Amino acid sequence: MKIMDFFRKKGSGEVAKDRLKLLLVSDRANCSPEMMEMIKNDIIAVISKYMDIDAQGLDIQITETESDGSNGTVPALFANIPIKDMKHKPSR
Amino acid sequence: MSEVIVVTSGKGGVGKTTTTANVGTGLAMLNKKVVMIDTDIGLRNLDVVLGLENRIVYNLVDVIEGKCRLKQALIKHKKYPELCLLPSAQTRDKDAVTPEQMIQLIEELKQEFDYILLDCPAGIEQGFKNAIAGADRALVVTTPEVSAIRDADRIVGLLEANEMKKIDLIINRIRMDMVKRGDMLKVEDVCDILSINLIGVVPDDEQIVVSTNQGEPLVGTDCMAGEAYYNICKRVMGEEVPFMDLDAKKGVLNAFFKMFKK
Repeated sequence: MKIMDFFRKKGSGEVAKDRLKLLLVSDRANCSPEMMEMIKNDIIAVISKYMDIDAQGLDIQITETESDGSNGTVPALFANIPIKDMKHKPSR
Repeated sequence: MSEVIVVTSGKGGVGKTTTTANVGTGLAMLNKKVVMIDTDIGLRNLDVVLGLENRIVYNLVDVIEGKCRLKQALIKHKKYPELCLLPSAQTRDKDAVTPEQMIQLIEELKQEFDYILLDCPAGIEQGFKNAIAGADRALVVTTPEVSAIRDADRIVGLLEANEMKKIDLIINRIRMDMVKRGDMLKVEDVCDILSINLIGVVPDDEQIVVSTNQGEPLVGTDCMAGEAYYNICKRVMGEEVPFMDLDAKKGVLNAFFKMFKK
């Protein structure tokens, strides 16, 4: 068993912990998929004013991140927004 | 001053009823007047775990509907006369009772008992709302599994939203051998994730099955789970009891050490 342990990267307990942490962050944020979709559309609308983005490739999710303060990890909104063209002029 | 405690978990099958039976019995062993209320209307269970199933005449719904007096429905335990059970109705559904009626019933019981323990049904619907309505504090039971912890977290959120004054965590059915192997969440991990006060850890123990078979709670008996439940009772009463070493192997040497501890 010990040798097998060496090959196994993580115990299933660790896996459970990591899964739970992520799961509870989004549970606690109480974000419905509809709300996430609305946030996503609003982000697209705002960013599109300044640059050309790939709306299809946009990905947002709630995760957690190390806070700068001393209070450990805090919930964070993670957004990955692929930019098509930076030279897009503001429409104003 | 009497205290009203709800035992809840969200997920079913994690040990709410077993916990209620053992904590209730343990508090009675510590010379407190205790009444346990089975609020799981339609799925009566607590009576069986306590071995009182043959003595039920009236139930919770009968009391609330005024078909009998409260005293008539209370079943005294065989061994501890200070321990009573108010059984739930088996043939009704959860809507037969409202939170207001529960609060009123509890107020009446407060006159006579030190501790009122409410065994909450699984889920977060009407039965849950009835059970938490009159409670001062909650014991949230979970097992070290992803699904149970997720539900416990949701329950904690709902309890906080309902302004529950005190919320404590019981981690049930932990297996130290699996924790050691890294195949089960550690006690610290569960506490860390749920971030509420830990009041007890109950190891997975075959004796629980034996005790349920016999209808006699094992609190206070000479086994790991029995000791763990007894410690929880003392902590519920406000005593500071160190958490026991769940790793300790039963054996001659251990029995020898125990002699010195006492």
